[in-house]
Amino acid sequence: MAPAEAVLAERPIVVVWRRFASRRLSIVALAALVIIGAAVAGADLIAPYELGQQNLDRVLAPPGSDFLLGTDTLGRDTLSQVLFGGRISLLIGVSVALIASVCGTLVGLVAGYQGGRTDAVLMRLTDTLLALPLLMVIVLLARILGDSPADVILVLSVFGWMPLARIIRAKALALREQEFVTAARSMGAGSGRIMFRHLLPNLVGEITVAVSLAVAGAILAESVLSYLGLGVSAAHTPTWGNMIGGNEGFMTVEPWLVWAPGLAIVVTVLAVNYVGDGLRDAFDVRSDGREREPYSGRSKGAMAGRRR
Amino acid sequence: MARYVLTRLATTIPILLAISIAAFWGANEVADPTVDLTLNPRIAPEDLAEYRQHLGLGEPLIARYVGWLGNLVQGDFGTSLVQNGADVWPIVRTAVANTMVLIAVAVVLSLAVGIAIGTVSAIRRGSLVDNAATLVSFVGISTPVFWLGLMLQLFFGLYLANWLGVAPPRLPTAGLYSPGQQGFDLVDRARHLALPVIALSWQLVAVYSRYMRASLLDVMSSDHVRAARGRGLRERTVVVRHGVRNALIPVSTQAATDAGQLVGGLIVTEQVFQYPGMGRLFLDALFGGDYPVLLASVMITATAVFAVNLAADLFYGVLDPRIRRGPR
Repeated sequence: MAPAEAVLAERPIVVVWRRFASRRLSIVALAALVIIGAAVAGADLIAPYELGQQNLDRVLAPPGSDFLLGTDTLGRDTLSQVLFGGRISLLIGVSVALIASVCGTLVGLVAGYQGGRTDAVLMRLTDTLLALPLLMVIVLLARILGDSPADVILVLSVFGWMPLARIIRAKALALREQEFVTAARSMGAGSGRIMFRHLLPNLVGEITVAVSLAVAGAILAESVLSYLGLGVSAAHTPTWGNMIGGNEGFMTVEPWLVWAPGLAIVVTVLAVNYVGDGLRDAFDVRSDGREREPYSGRSKGAMAGRRR
Repeated sequence: MARYVLTRLATTIPILLAISIAAFWGANEVADPTVDLTLNPRIAPEDLAEYRQHLGLGEPLIARYVGWLGNLVQGDFGTSLVQNGADVWPIVRTAVANTMVLIAVAVVLSLAVGIAIGTVSAIRRGSLVDNAATLVSFVGISTPVFWLGLMLQLFFGLYLANWLGVAPPRLPTAGLYSPGQQGFDLVDRARHLALPVIALSWQLVAVYSRYMRASLLDVMSSDHVRAARGRGLRERTVVVRHGVRNALIPVSTQAATDAGQLVGGLIVTEQVFQYPGMGRLFLDALFGGDYPVLLASVMITATAVFAVNLAADLFYGVLDPRIRRGPR
């Protein structure tokens, strides 16, 4: 048992890391994510074929020594496509999670700290958006916008910030009544300073957990949009979702065309979810079953998808 | 109570109006049935204009919106632009019925299974069963529904027969009835429902079992459960009467408030299994340029989700009297 001072002297990040690392599954999941990230980022180096390289004499080849996971109708190597496709899928997942979380944090902080009319208006908006059939709305908007990765990121971010805004608001409401806020105010700190220098550091746990789970939701959401043909166009670049959608018709002939990108999604999202779960325990973020929408993860970024 | 319902309805109507405006604008952006014709150089602009007039697309957007809304309020959804001017309402009605069957079966099944798994997980916390359930539910929330649907089709349509040599258990991979089927046949309908229900339930079970586990753990650590134990009740009675019953409250409301997100799963599931419900109607109208049908499906779904949310909040009040005054 360490003396109390030694425990207190440790920086919070160290404590969080130790708690995170104490669970083997979290570490395994994190390692898996690092490997997936590296493989996808280094696709140029490790992929056996170029991005989009067609081998028209080897169309719909079964898995074998030349093509580990077979080829599609244009003779493109499935393994290489999965590696390159993961770039866009992960890029979209991470970007959406970051953008949506920044927006959600801002809305939640302002609503929770300012209170009154501002709070009423912002939360009215949040609740209304949460009560929409989100995937339907997202599909409509995706159809109106284009099919570049930036369009998809925009569509998913616009409807991804609400869950975090609710969580942050609830925490900010409680925090603003505490003495350290009163102390800061009495020393002349303005609202902006209190929100960002005093409240925000206390919300790091919630935000980190929400970001990690939002990544999972966004990857799933992107795959749904791309599967429906409304995400990133397969004409530009492969993504896991549009590979499944595009190869659906050849599923019975060469199931690996659908297996491979699908498994890539499941493994990646599973790892992200486990890391998020480990972070939640490490930060000791309460997930009270009684709250309307804490970190079920499913409604993050709406889909469900992991929801769906 | 009545007052609460009235306030809720009063705030819902402007929101639905806002949705209708956004949806009308959006539907006209994406579902214009003449867009292909404008690209055809053989069609004279005058003919195109006349055709648009014929379809009722000639007037300015606002005038058309007002006309559409006026008809909508009277229960007239207009006529389909694609299916030879058929009334939209009968088309939508059939789709709504099909979707409600799918949702009802999937949700009831998932709640039953999810609550059972969640209860066992919570009681045997940390056991092998609990860990296995946790793993399965994590896989469940990490699997895209459309991919799971495709895998189910592969398994039941192909692998069972080819690899395992098992005669397929006649679970069709698409549609509502077997080809040539006339009229209603419960067995045939149920077989066609099986795979979509499994695909939809997979994720729902994962989510519901997590809710149930968290909720029951919460309840089991509360004072009244300790009091019940202290009175010497059998563990079984404590868990069922005092634990599970109270734990069901947040689970059931959570299940109801998820309704809006269920729609997302439906769109995908119905598309994969070619199940003729609202989700597929929505996608078909979207891609086919049939904006009256598109609008009808959006408005009906949005209204249904609001209604379910309201019902959930009221239900919460019935189950838990402490929050009867305006759940918020």
